[in-house]
Amino acid sequence: MPSGRAGRAQARAEAVAAWLLVAPATLLMWLMLLGPCVAVAVLAATDWQFGAPDFDWIGFGNFSEMAGDRVFWRSLANTVVYVGITVPVSVGLGLGIALLIEAGTSGRAFWRAVYFLPVTATLLAMALVWEFMFHPTVGLVNQAIGLVGLAPRNWLQDPSLALPSLAAIGIWQAVGLNMILFLAGLKAIPRDLYDAAAVDGADSAWEKFRRVTWPMLGPALVFVVAITAIRSFQVFDTVQVLTDGGPEKATSVLLHRMYQEGFAFLRSGYAAALTLVFLAFTVTLTLLQTWLLDRRAHYG
Amino acid sequence: MGEVRRVEAPPLPVPPPQGGRGPYGTRRHRVPSPALGRERDRVRAVPHGLLPAIARHALLALGGVVMLAPFVLMVSVSLKPAHEIFAPGFALLPREWHAVQNYSDAFTKVPLARFILNGFIVTFAIFAAQALAALPMAYALAKLRFRGRATLFAFVILGLLIPPQVPAIPLYIGMWQLGLIDTYAGIILPSTISVFGIFLMRQFFRTVPDDLIHAARLDGLSELAIVWRIMLPTAMPALAAFAVLSFVWNWNEFFWPLIVVQSEHLMTPPLGIAFFDNAEAGTNYGPLMAGATAITIPLVLAFLLAQRRFVEGFTMTGIK
Repeated sequence: MPSGRAGRAQARAEAVAAWLLVAPATLLMWLMLLGPCVAVAVLAATDWQFGAPDFDWIGFGNFSEMAGDRVFWRSLANTVVYVGITVPVSVGLGLGIALLIEAGTSGRAFWRAVYFLPVTATLLAMALVWEFMFHPTVGLVNQAIGLVGLAPRNWLQDPSLALPSLAAIGIWQAVGLNMILFLAGLKAIPRDLYDAAAVDGADSAWEKFRRVTWPMLGPALVFVVAITAIRSFQVFDTVQVLTDGGPEKATSVLLHRMYQEGFAFLRSGYAAALTLVFLAFTVTLTLLQTWLLDRRAHYG
Repeated sequence: MGEVRRVEAPPLPVPPPQGGRGPYGTRRHRVPSPALGRERDRVRAVPHGLLPAIARHALLALGGVVMLAPFVLMVSVSLKPAHEIFAPGFALLPREWHAVQNYSDAFTKVPLARFILNGFIVTFAIFAAQALAALPMAYALAKLRFRGRATLFAFVILGLLIPPQVPAIPLYIGMWQLGLIDTYAGIILPSTISVFGIFLMRQFFRTVPDDLIHAARLDGLSELAIVWRIMLPTAMPALAAFAVLSFVWNWNEFFWPLIVVQSEHLMTPPLGIAFFDNAEAGTNYGPLMAGATAITIPLVLAFLLAQRRFVEGFTMTGIK
């Protein structure tokens, strides 16, 4: 580093150039992302309705309304159930498929492509296809379960089946991404560890998995669980087009509630409060993930 | 080191052999293998026995059928007349081909071509804006010294935490005040910044050697020129991966367009197909599936043509 006056001038020039380079993105970031997030927090403390000439500050009023709102609790419970189904199944399947693909050498690229295809497909178009697959009379799902002698169901109209049916679509779309992330995690495991384990007598595939693959895959697993949970929390498209929260609020989820309050009933203040609840869950999940990974890093 | 130490511990009682069951039934590493890449693949290509290999493919095929079934069904239904779609039993191919009618219905009952065009307009505009804003910022964050750099980077990380639906209500109010509801600008503007893009490119730029930049400065290049003439060419692989992600995310985006678009002629593909579904009230599946096929094809084709890039791109979402 040059010192003295010339050095300071150069450092100054570098700083000026840097600020010019970051200016457009920083401005956009505040205008489109961070600023609006601050605005959501402010809005949540008001009873403002979109288009109304004035509003009152009501502090935590929206949150106390929420506490007494049965539909809100139902939506929260539904969201948690949806995440609770989607995450373990799609992570488990993603891991199983990644292991199966890595277990041999033939057809790797082919199988990877097959399982990855749903990740890139437009979910909305595919949701309409699933609607047809769940069709009560001609749907493929009822025909398939008919083969093993089960009675046909009205999947999307039955209050006890609608949410799991939507979760099935969510799983179908999430498996491929989880598989890809696990494949990357598996590739990062040093081969020497398997050889060392073999020397120690870990000969069976199961022992190798238990002693090497599973512990080494820990960080990838935490990460995959976290992003699948965060994405599942954002479930909206399938609910909006297939069930609109019904039947009997059985598929009403947090984001769908927020959309309805904010953009159908135009209760901006209340919808902002719902948004904060949604954000709180996401942030908690991320912090939990960071904490788990840090803890691992300390011992592992 | 608790987990690793267990590897070196004396052998534990081994459970009874798995009899080829389970995903790992086939995995053997008799040959000491060099660690990485193709070398490893070749070593593992030593035959393991036919039965486990068949079991592996059979299991993968079983799941694969479920993965592909919706795509196959979509195309199949898009070729059939209504009476065959609602006939009991399922046939892959139609007895009476109705493809021309279904696809022409899909493109005439709703402006499907316009939806697809809108999809391209919106995704290209968004990616151009994201790249133009993100590349200089990523370079400054990675390579320049200035006060506030750490704070700025902390804001980027904070931005990564925020789901895209959170700013929707204030953005809607803002767009409404500016008269941008139901315009292309209204659809595009909120997505013009990608903190993920900034983060990704910053991580990549940190790996570019400083000497390259010093040399460029000695040649008299301005910092902005360095971004476009030195950094951009080296960043092409990372930028391509980001382009793929940006394109997939924005082509498929439904939440924001649903909020901001009212007119049919501005609808993006997902919004357009949902609108078509509403108009047909779930009865006219042939044309609907033809429409669904039409809006899914661009992404599926892009994926099949550039599989590596897609996989790389989506794997990068894992580096956060």
